[in-house]
Amino acid sequence: MIADLALQGVQMALVLLLAPLLTGFVRTLKARLLRRRGPPLLQPYRDLWRLLGKEAIVADSASWLFRAAPYLVFAATWVAAALVPTYATGLIFSWSGDLIAITALLGLARFAQTLAGLDVGTSFGAIGTSRELMIASMAEPAMIMIAFIVSLVAGSTQLSAIAAVMLTYEIGLRVSLAMALIALIIVALAENARIPVDNPATHLELTMVHEAMVLEYSGRHLAMIDLASSVKLLLYASLLACLFAPLGLAPLGSGLAAHLVGLAAYGAKVTGIGVMLAVFETSIAKMRVFRVPGFLGAALMLGFLGTILLFVSRSL
Amino acid sequence: MTALALLGGCILALLGTAGLGALIAQRRGAGARVYGLCLAITAVATLAALASLAAPAEVAAYPIFMPGLGLHLRLDPLAAVFLVIVDLGAAGASLYALGYAAHEKEPRRVLPFYPAFLAAMNLVVLADDAYAFLFGWELMSLASWALVMAHHREAGNARAGYIYIVMASLGTLALIGGFGVLAAGAGGFASAGGGFDFAAMRAAHPGVAQGGIALALVLIGAGSKAGLAPLHVWLPLAHPAAPSHVSALMSGVMTKVAIYGFIRVVFDLLGPAEWWWAMPVLLLGGITAALGVLHALMERDLKRLLACSTIENIGIIFLALGLALAFRANAMPTAAALALTAGLFHAFNHMLFKSVLFFGAGAVLGATGLRDIERLGGLIHRMPVSSAAFLVASMAIAALPPLNGFASEWLLFQAIFISPELPQWGLKIMVPAVGTLLALAAALVAACFVRAYGILYLGRPRGPEAATARETDRYSLAAMIALCALAVLAGLLPGVVIDALAPAVHALAGARMPAQSGGAWLTLVPIADRNSSYNGLMIGLFLALVGLGSAALIHRLAGRRTRRARLWDCGYPGLGPTSQYSAASLSQPLRRVLGAVVFASSERVDMPDPGALRPAGIVKTIHDPAWEGLFAPIGIAVSYAAGKLNHLQFMTIRRYLGAVFVLLVALLLLVGVSG
Repeated sequence: MIADLALQGVQMALVLLLAPLLTGFVRTLKARLLRRRGPPLLQPYRDLWRLLGKEAIVADSASWLFRAAPYLVFAATWVAAALVPTYATGLIFSWSGDLIAITALLGLARFAQTLAGLDVGTSFGAIGTSRELMIASMAEPAMIMIAFIVSLVAGSTQLSAIAAVMLTYEIGLRVSLAMALIALIIVALAENARIPVDNPATHLELTMVHEAMVLEYSGRHLAMIDLASSVKLLLYASLLACLFAPLGLAPLGSGLAAHLVGLAAYGAKVTGIGVMLAVFETSIAKMRVFRVPGFLGAALMLGFLGTILLFVSRSL
Repeated sequence: MTALALLGGCILALLGTAGLGALIAQRRGAGARVYGLCLAITAVATLAALASLAAPAEVAAYPIFMPGLGLHLRLDPLAAVFLVIVDLGAAGASLYALGYAAHEKEPRRVLPFYPAFLAAMNLVVLADDAYAFLFGWELMSLASWALVMAHHREAGNARAGYIYIVMASLGTLALIGGFGVLAAGAGGFASAGGGFDFAAMRAAHPGVAQGGIALALVLIGAGSKAGLAPLHVWLPLAHPAAPSHVSALMSGVMTKVAIYGFIRVVFDLLGPAEWWWAMPVLLLGGITAALGVLHALMERDLKRLLACSTIENIGIIFLALGLALAFRANAMPTAAALALTAGLFHAFNHMLFKSVLFFGAGAVLGATGLRDIERLGGLIHRMPVSSAAFLVASMAIAALPPLNGFASEWLLFQAIFISPELPQWGLKIMVPAVGTLLALAAALVAACFVRAYGILYLGRPRGPEAATARETDRYSLAAMIALCALAVLAGLLPGVVIDALAPAVHALAGARMPAQSGGAWLTLVPIADRNSSYNGLMIGLFLALVGLGSAALIHRLAGRRTRRARLWDCGYPGLGPTSQYSAASLSQPLRRVLGAVVFASSERVDMPDPGALRPAGIVKTIHDPAWEGLFAPIGIAVSYAAGKLNHLQFMTIRRYLGAVFVLLVALLLLVGVSG
């Protein structure tokens, strides 16, 4: 019991501590790929520290919701991340929410974030909210269809159980899973405001989505939102890793050695995903806003096709 | 006294209150007395229904109403579930109305009909013969029609009332036909009572063809009342036209009575199901869910927006019922129990949060006199309590954890996960398709309520009405807070609700979900531990802990210095409130992406010629496929036929006499040939 609790605690702390590092890693690597020197690897930590020390400036027209939203966004994202296995399956609290609950928790974070974008009453906040709602209305159903596919393959919607099933390699190669992988990559790019859907580095008003929503934030509130964004990126990386590359994941009740192997494998997998993300982002241009629905619609359709395939193949 | 007698007494007491309302409507304090009585009676009825949730079925017959048939009442677990929904919603609306009644200018148009409406809904749920059911159904339609017409001088309300009464008549007609088919199967006029009591229908199992016809007729009858596409067109017109507490009742409660009628006939009276019965129910449910929320996304009238979102929720409930039918037909009782529980749970949840949302809309209407969200904004500063209640209800309807809407939709998703076991190919293709529609609808609801809440309560006031609004009265706030608290509780402890629904589910599906309240940490386990589980309490606790903990930690360690300043807005802070996004611009991307497909929506810039003095603008056009594809052609056909038959009105007396003579001869010939 104590060991299980410790495992859960370690995993939650790990996600929180590692998240800015992944963001910084991708940023640095992207700069290097563009032959810039780029910021130091630990810059996101410094940014957070600096923001936390500053006073928060809140607009006159802001309500309590504006000040509460960053904490709710952070809480929902972190709780969702706590349900995703990182380096070991069989988390003690994984039964309290499944893949659908994780999707809905991220939806809760988005609900708070988009409302906060509208709270002050500026057109920039609202343009971000408006576009975010469009993106979410395609990405969220795609995510649920992905959940359908992996759950039908594994016979469970519980992420720890799915990862354990994937770990046994009894599934083999499946067309539906390949579709789910592509769809999940598309959804992950959109959800994390990455190129080609959104640009995390932009501050050109007309191209912003996520950055436009948080334009009015400063100080500790902005720090919470930035931290939540980093956690979300790591969450999707962990999700991709535990679903489609479960190699090295420490199974339930394994010893210290397996956990160390799991940690090393997790580090390698997240690094690999970070490298792929940086390479992908530098080699592709951002899309026009109204081409995004087509991009995400492809993910939704892949999810739908994969689900139908599984439904139909059940009787063969 | 038995629970059934008590509930029957409540119906009589409500009818008496209706009479009292007619007598004293013009006096001072009439509203307080009538609504106070309604609150007391429905509270008693709620308790009686709660007490009989797990009790065995209780029947009673009285020698009134139809000669030879009498009046049959029956209180079984299913009726008890829906009585809780009806009377809890009615109690909330009555409490709200205690304060809201002050806004009513013509109480005599509301007070007599409101208790009659409540009595009628109770009668429908308790009825155990077709006559009593249809009597209650028609009383419910007429009383609610009178309430829709309460403000008949406002623009559009008379048309709404007209369309509503036409659709209600169509629905009742279909139900009469449906009960006729069932009664014929139950022995017809050869048997005592004409086969019209439900016990006789339950005992007789109609054939495949008869069952199919009865299903189609009930789908039209109950579906038109519930707002199932394509018979939903009256709903966004009629529900908002009534006073707000009645809107809450019509959306939150009356649609559930229609769903009760569907479940009673299809799951109880029709007997064993055929698998293909599930197909139309699933298809219509999925389409309704997606279409309803798309309508809501385009709407700028707050109460119409809420009515459109009701359509969406009805679609979700019918989807669950369709799945339950499919599972039941394939002898998968535990899966059927899961789907049926999801449907009933969602019906209960929708009553809670939709009532709160309509109460909030009523509070805004009372404070500002406006329903158009484009002219409001910033009300969170002026109406802090009701805006908070509206926020909780919005999050619940958007199916966000840890609230109740998520718990019931989560159950429905779990039911979809086990549906690959269904053997029929039609269902194998249909279920993933409607599952996609459900996922799309679930995501769009969140967008819809971010838009509604953001434009209505957040931002800066867009007009003088919003800038000077005042918080609503205590009674209204009490009703909103009470129902919100129930919504939160049902979300944190879904197992309690599921166990309360279990007897009704067991009676209809042949099995029940595993008992939930005994599990560790009150975790929800619909099938087995290894398949899926969800713990609303734990998620809620974690969210609260992390949110409050991080806020406290940061305030302690990093300081809580906060400075109020002018908004920044990328360096252009001087722009006025009109520069904010409007509701139309907020949903423009979605209108362009999805509306262009479903509603053939288009927008073009209307630029005046050089020198012209009118302003430029954007012209938006939206086409409603149900209205233009189904109802408009029928309307054109009816008026064409009426035009052609018009000359029959202007014939001479000789021709009329001749026509009567020809008809007489024809009838005699018919009798002669068939006799």
